[in-house]
Amino acid sequence: MLNASGLAFIAAGSRWGQPDGQVMFLFILAMAAAEVAIGLAFVFLYHRKQSELDVDAASELRG
Amino acid sequence: MVTLFYLAGILAIIATLFAITRRHAVHALLYLIVSLLAIAIDFYTLGAPFVAALEVMIYAGAIMVLFVFVVMMLNVAEHAMEVERYSLHPKNWFGPALLALVLLAELVYSSLTSINTPAPVGVVGPKQVGTSLFGTFWIGVELASLLLMAGLIGAYHLGRQVMEKEGTKHAADTTAARLDISRDLIHAGAGRTDHAA
Repeated sequence: MLNASGLAFIAAGSRWGQPDGQVMFLFILAMAAAEVAIGLAFVFLYHRKQSELDVDAASELRG
Repeated sequence: MVTLFYLAGILAIIATLFAITRRHAVHALLYLIVSLLAIAIDFYTLGAPFVAALEVMIYAGAIMVLFVFVVMMLNVAEHAMEVERYSLHPKNWFGPALLALVLLAELVYSSLTSINTPAPVGVVGPKQVGTSLFGTFWIGVELASLLLMAGLIGAYHLGRQVMEKEGTKHAADTTAARLDISRDLIHAGAGRTDHAA
């Protein structure tokens, strides 16, 4: 999804020949990297808690 | 060049469709990597070679590799096959697919009835992007570095909790080693006698 919105930004920037679209895509890339790092750390934590990763079983915040 | 754009676009769509319908998690991730590489070709044909290279290096080369590492390390794929088979049942994806089809129809309609002719594509090279990034969008660079620092610290902190839980599970972990870990932030794994499982 982030990549698709980045494609829209690049296309818009290319249409007017400005580098702003690419700059926006760079920020999206940085945000995606930070989000993936934290999200996967959560996956790790959840995997230590229960041995299989079932999102339907994660219906409560604590325990 | 235009045919290359459409070819890479269709390839990206097909690869993403495969990625969301696979049961095995690693297969889905590999199809997603193919989709990202096709999008990089799209960026190149749109006159953005700098972000095409960045897409391959960072998105497909670091972020997706991190995903594949975690999925392979946690061995998610085999355990999750049954859950995936259930979630790929028609009655589960019919609603979202219907809404997505409505959106697609809207997109196709708006692009067919648009009166703008496509502008000639000029190449916006790295020099222009760099000038704009460190000139106009300098505060964005600072904020992005803050965000990455926050992500780094957050991932380190969450990972440390995982390592400490790993440590307390093993019988060979002495109290002294645990105290050593909790006191020393940098060398979090030093002085421990057990191995990670």
